[in-house]
Amino acid sequence: MSEPLLEARGLTMRFGGVVAVDRVDFALQEAELRCVIGPNGAGKSTFFKCLTGQLRPSAGDVLFRGTPIAGIGSHAIARLGVGIKTQVPNVFDGLSARDNVWTAAARVAPGRIAERRTDQAMERVGITGIAGRIVGQLAHGQRQLVELAMVIAPEPDLILLDEPAAGMTDEEVDRLVDLIRELNQRHALVVVEHDMQFIRRIARTVTVFHQGAVLIEGDVARILTDERVRDVYLGKQAA
Amino acid sequence: MKRLASHLGNVVVLVVGLGVLFGLPALAETYLIINATIFAAFAILALSLALIWGYAGILCFGQAAFFGLGGYTYAVAAINFGETTSAAALAILLPTIFAALLGYFMFWGRISDVYLGVITLTVSLILYRFVNQTAGEQWNIGDAPLGGFNGIPATPILNWPGRPGDQLAPEDIFSLTVGLLLIAYFACKILLATRFGRIMVAIRENETRAELLGYDVRLYKLAIFMVGGALAALSGLLFANSVFVSPTMFSLPVSGQIIIWVIIGGLGTLIGPLVGCILMQVLTNQLGTLNQVKGFAWVDPNLVLGVLLVVFVLLVPRGLTGLATDAWRRLAGLARRPPPAAAQPVQERTSNP
Repeated sequence: MSEPLLEARGLTMRFGGVVAVDRVDFALQEAELRCVIGPNGAGKSTFFKCLTGQLRPSAGDVLFRGTPIAGIGSHAIARLGVGIKTQVPNVFDGLSARDNVWTAAARVAPGRIAERRTDQAMERVGITGIAGRIVGQLAHGQRQLVELAMVIAPEPDLILLDEPAAGMTDEEVDRLVDLIRELNQRHALVVVEHDMQFIRRIARTVTVFHQGAVLIEGDVARILTDERVRDVYLGKQAA
Repeated sequence: MKRLASHLGNVVVLVVGLGVLFGLPALAETYLIINATIFAAFAILALSLALIWGYAGILCFGQAAFFGLGGYTYAVAAINFGETTSAAALAILLPTIFAALLGYFMFWGRISDVYLGVITLTVSLILYRFVNQTAGEQWNIGDAPLGGFNGIPATPILNWPGRPGDQLAPEDIFSLTVGLLLIAYFACKILLATRFGRIMVAIRENETRAELLGYDVRLYKLAIFMVGGALAALSGLLFANSVFVSPTMFSLPVSGQIIIWVIIGGLGTLIGPLVGCILMQVLTNQLGTLNQVKGFAWVDPNLVLGVLLVVFVLLVPRGLTGLATDAWRRLAGLARRPPPAAAQPVQERTSNP
């Protein structure tokens, strides 16, 4: 197998005495779509923040195409070609939807090209109709879509999404599902989510987190019928 | 519509500015012209904070530090060089470098907003204390005595470039100051319309998002902080030419005043703080003469300013510019149907630093 696009080796994150992420090994191939699931407090979001440079791991390595990226800072990771959508929508509330997306496009492309990329990204996500609206006044689901447009506008090689479906209407989730499938034709994705309905619709390979460690990893059909995964989600202690 | 209004605004500022620039020297007496020069110099100081607080979200409580450094650098260099052109250049350069150093430690150290305010205020007060005690010959820099509490009353007036000794008249200093104020204002406008300016505003809105998009927020903040420092230094240089340099340039009242101008004028705009600054200066002057009138001796300008600040913070949080745009919208609403509430332009929002 070729070198993974993104790899975590023995990734550990401690907060005082609490071990939120415990020696996690993780590998993502080029153009792969991976879902990361797990109950609340399983360490998914901490793991995500270690990948995106928002947290510096206590131990272990994160490699992007073989380059260590743990602790180099979010902006440096983004510059390598990683698009990041956080759990709480991070948007520019005081700006119009279009200015939001332009800010993303302008980092990688100059002048006219940035303008064109902005329009393309907004069209792909389907928010051209709200281009002039101030983002702070939009509904939660729409804000999520604006953020998604910002993530894809620079055409990153890897897209990391933390709970992208949260707060969306059914219609918006449908669009998101289509979008993720379409994005996966060109980009690799990691989707962290705990909405199982949503996972069923998009997932192929799933990594299950439990108590800071990887419980199981494999094909979605097998994972969702796995006894241990069910126990974990129903709150029973895994054997 | 919005774009038209903004063009119209620029034209109005330009016309009023040019009107003052060419009209006032023809009409007014010298003492009034000197007063107006001081106002215009302070207006550049207001502009410096309007830019970095209003558009970059950096609440610098110590713009007075750069203001004072600009003035002192100019005075000391001019006395030593015997001519003022290079002294003026140094008076901008040195405080800008100081801003770069201070900014480097604050932004690379990830100092958050409140602490940034505390640190910048402390720096200006340290400088105040330091300069205040520089009486005596051991504090001479070359030929220039720092003069402690008294400052440097012999601050040289600018000479024409290349003609040492040929000083500018008060009217020339006035024209220079108002001219530079206009240039600084439109330069800030242009800066904010560039890619750099737009990204700066985005950073003000959400630093984390800007980081996640790949922007090194620290670099952007440092750059705008240096621009703010340079503007404050320019203001100090011009102030030194209309009064003279003294430690009060670094003092708490100066630092506080700048913030009051910005709040009363309207945070998040350039014209607001500028207008706020000039109005407050005029008001302070009027109040100062008022307490010589019989029966009004109890009026203390600082007290009135304080009450005014409280009133604005509580009742008019968006400042004079906010009031003006509301009034304008109501007028426009009488002619047409009321515009939707969603159409609020970015510039009028009060950012929460």
